[in-house]
Amino acid sequence: MTSTTSADATTHPLQRRLGRLLLVIAFWLAVWQGAALAVGQELLLVTPGAVLLRLGELARTASFWGTIGYSFVRIVGGFLLAAVVGVLGAALASVSRIVDALTTPMVSAVRSTPVVSFIILVLIWADSSRLALIVSFLMVVPIIYSTVLEGIRNRDRSLLEVAAVFGVPLRRRLPAIDIPAVLPYFVAGCRIGIGLAWKSGVAAEVIGLPQGSIGERMYQAKIFLSTADLFAWTVVIIAISYGLERLVAWLLGRAQPRLLHGAPA
Amino acid sequence: MIAIRGLTKRFGDQVVLDALDLDLAEGRVTALMGPNGSGKTTLARLLLGLAVPDAGEIRGLDDRRLAAVFQEDRLCEQLTAARNVRLVLARTTDPSAVDDALRLAGLDGDTLVKPVRELSGGQRRRVAIVRALMADADLLVLDEPFKGLDSEAKTLVMSYVRERCAGRTTLLITHDPAEAEWFGVRPIELTRQK
Repeated sequence: MTSTTSADATTHPLQRRLGRLLLVIAFWLAVWQGAALAVGQELLLVTPGAVLLRLGELARTASFWGTIGYSFVRIVGGFLLAAVVGVLGAALASVSRIVDALTTPMVSAVRSTPVVSFIILVLIWADSSRLALIVSFLMVVPIIYSTVLEGIRNRDRSLLEVAAVFGVPLRRRLPAIDIPAVLPYFVAGCRIGIGLAWKSGVAAEVIGLPQGSIGERMYQAKIFLSTADLFAWTVVIIAISYGLERLVAWLLGRAQPRLLHGAPA
Repeated sequence: MIAIRGLTKRFGDQVVLDALDLDLAEGRVTALMGPNGSGKTTLARLLLGLAVPDAGEIRGLDDRRLAAVFQEDRLCEQLTAARNVRLVLARTTDPSAVDDALRLAGLDGDTLVKPVRELSGGQRRRVAIVRALMADADLLVLDEPFKGLDSEAKTLVMSYVRERCAGRTTLLITHDPAEAEWFGVRPIELTRQK
């Protein structure tokens, strides 16, 4: 006879979810493997095993980590800068009609501009070492700006009236009323933004070829027809982008209680 | 005294307040009654500075500190009852005074440490009332403050409100003449505009 403990009850769904995820991954790896075997040419489509092998070889070299560090600093730097500028811009636009009238069309224009136009412009204006930072910044800032501004505009008006009537100072109103309303929008913006920062940042590097970047390594893979390298770097980008998205969500989740409960004295 | 003279407010073609004259006596409770749509809440919003009149004026409001119980509770859902109250108070207010006031209004034990989203309708209403009455205000606007309270809680809360309103300029908006009577005042009747 078996008994079910509460620990079993809590781990079971987690294990089931993990099991399902592993099955899904295994399914798509099998599809990939099957397609690679069907094509029969490593140059066109490499097998997952070969990619993993190449990734292992690359990971044992110092230049691999140096390359990741180079792109990481610039792309994440662009993302963080965009987060700060986007939030400040949205806050200003929410209180000033003039700022709103000036920035909103500008943000829409930036949003609609093809990333390649920015890449070429930045290459004309600045050297390629700053390319990923500027391009990822330009791609992310409209997203953070728009989502945060939407959050600010969707704050609970009735609570803002309470604050106005009772004369609650801004430093106490922010964590009690404003941040709880805006935070979910900001988190959503960050989650979209971090993926976009990596996609646009690496695309910029592939065109601008800054020395020692992931984009340059991908371009070299194309020149030397090294499909395994191309796939290995793509796996690296997906892993970092996914990991960062989870990290941002986790960090903001951890910061949320402090942000929300810190104010009323 | 707060003197309301010729106060008019329209929403589109609808005239909600039409040249209203009313005095709110200093340090006294003024009770206001009237059917739905007679402009009671609109008058409260004009007094609180949340709406602008189309004509007329309100004299004697300058530099007054305001507090209100709105028809809705309007609480910060993620905060506890005490934190909701302390949000509108001076930083120097003794936190134990807030807990004491909440206890006087019938809130204690678990209800003091839970976020208000986990409280019942009646408990939330009491938090909104304590918030308004603890605020350091010269004008209290109470818009149907006892709405949603059961009869037992209502008696307790009304006693607390009467005690805290003593000597303060207060506008009490109600549908129930017994509530006005409890405060020892005769209600002023607002009529619906055509």
